[in-house]
Amino acid sequence: MNVVEAKDLARDYHLGVEYVHALRGVTFAIPEGDYVAIVGPSGCGKSTLLNLLGAIDQPTRGSVNIRGNSVAGMRDREATEFRLRNIGFVFQRFYLMPTLTARENVELPMSEAGLGRAERGERARELLSYVGLGHRERHRPSELSGGEQQRVAIARALANKPAILLADEPTGELDAKTGAEIIGLFGQLNSDGTTIIVVTHDEDLASAARRKIHMRDGLIVDG
Amino acid sequence: MRFALAWSSLRRHGTRTLLAILGVAVAAAMLLDMVMMSTGLRESFRELLLSRGFQLRLAPKGTLPFDTDATIENSSAIVATLRSNPRIVIVSAVLGGTIHIPLGDRVVTSATLGVDPAVQGDYELLSGRDPLGPNDIAGNDDFLRATGAKMGDTLEVATGYDPQLRTYAGSRRLVVTGRVRFLYGAANQLATAMRLETLQEMGGPDRRDDASLFMMKVRNDSEVESTRDWIEKTVPGVSAISTSTALAQVDQRLSYFRQLALILGTVSLFVGFLLVTTLMTVSVNERISEITVMRALGVSRVHVVQQIVLEGIFITIGGAIAGLGLGLLTARYLNGILSSFPGLPVAIDFFLFQPKAAWMSLGLLSLSGIAAGIYPSYRAASLPIATTLRQEAIA
Repeated sequence: MNVVEAKDLARDYHLGVEYVHALRGVTFAIPEGDYVAIVGPSGCGKSTLLNLLGAIDQPTRGSVNIRGNSVAGMRDREATEFRLRNIGFVFQRFYLMPTLTARENVELPMSEAGLGRAERGERARELLSYVGLGHRERHRPSELSGGEQQRVAIARALANKPAILLADEPTGELDAKTGAEIIGLFGQLNSDGTTIIVVTHDEDLASAARRKIHMRDGLIVDG
Repeated sequence: MRFALAWSSLRRHGTRTLLAILGVAVAAAMLLDMVMMSTGLRESFRELLLSRGFQLRLAPKGTLPFDTDATIENSSAIVATLRSNPRIVIVSAVLGGTIHIPLGDRVVTSATLGVDPAVQGDYELLSGRDPLGPNDIAGNDDFLRATGAKMGDTLEVATGYDPQLRTYAGSRRLVVTGRVRFLYGAANQLATAMRLETLQEMGGPDRRDDASLFMMKVRNDSEVESTRDWIEKTVPGVSAISTSTALAQVDQRLSYFRQLALILGTVSLFVGFLLVTTLMTVSVNERISEITVMRALGVSRVHVVQQIVLEGIFITIGGAIAGLGLGLLTARYLNGILSSFPGLPVAIDFFLFQPKAAWMSLGLLSLSGIAAGIYPSYRAASLPIATTLRQEAIA
């Protein structure tokens, strides 16, 4: 069963006086439990595609279906609720809330989803243990290394048991050793059933994926 | 969680938050003082007028009580007329004047009131007894201090000083019987009280039946205005002033004062609003990426706005509470200065604390705090997520 289905997906936008065709009409499907790496040169439309899949941007043309829900054309409120329940985001720069502890950061999406304090606390502890940070739950981001922060961000992305985990250059800010640990964690997550779509320039990360989608000039050229 | 996030965001820049709270506190204190001042003087005056239960006053036509030296003649006939009305339960005639006490090579001059001690509403007895006898006098602390007189001492008291001839119209030996506090007395004013008849006699034949003022208690509050109308028609040459008409005149005289308070209060509120808006805008701009990520994670726009508005409310409430204390302190200090203004009753409070007024001003400030957080937070929460994240990444 496909968890992601994109048809003729296009995204144009203004960049100053220029009109940029970031995506020119891409069609693909990703089955549940897959681990896909989207690769290609800078400016080829990888991140734009990821944003459309994550419902944080709207396509100019075409459709995206995540678990049978049409994402294109969703209103802000619907898209927000959809992201909360179905999408897990991991960013290159981690983007943890600096004033919250690791556990509170993981609890944030669960709190928004309406989970009770005890339930979300328990799940946050489980997730932090899963990513190997059970002993660091009371630490703030400034007290964690880059790799640890990215692990917290991954735990946060998994908080509401999303349909897909979207990662945009998740190893981009990490050294090779820490990056390898994150690659290992993604592999473990996928083995445990999480569907992962990752945009990357990192050859090691791309190689760890089951499938690669190659993009160039807003089009899928392979995969 | 929003509560914790808002609180931790404020603690993140503790010094800045503290300075903002102090800024709001100053604005809140000024707002509170202005609200207290705009209503305080009037309320204080009203309380003073009603303090002894006299709802009606009679003064010479066209004047306010003791506004001029004018007196009303035939006071005993007027008292009899007033007492004929069953709605008037107490009539207290008062004559104002000045007395002089020669003490060696100096003369102490004091204000004095001729009253009926049994029904008077001008002073309260602190020690000793009322000046019930024809040769009794009671004085306030300033008078007793200036004359060095003690209870039981006899003083040579003169009235009607003629500066041309350097003589007095009348003189009498009076015994100090009581220490009193005058309700309408000004700060540092020397004041005494004696029987009305005593002062009338000391004033010479011209003042034998004069009064400066009549104070009356009316049976029911609801009958005050009808009694006032009756007096105006029945007693010629007087102005009957009820508490409400006196307050109307006070209102008229204080209108500039109230306008000033309103303008300064509005400015304070606006300053508080601008302060919180500025802080919120700076704070939100610093956290654009955090806010955008929260939105990407699925935090609703409303909840983002709520969290930032909460921060504004924390600052405003913190400032308002501090401002309440600061406002009361400054009001007390300013009241001390203004109350010692010559000629004003010392019992008048320029800044009267009224819980309703305090809640109103703090409520207004809290509303402005909420309003201050709404615009910057809504703007940040409405930014396009993908574009903002890309721009933040480039930055």
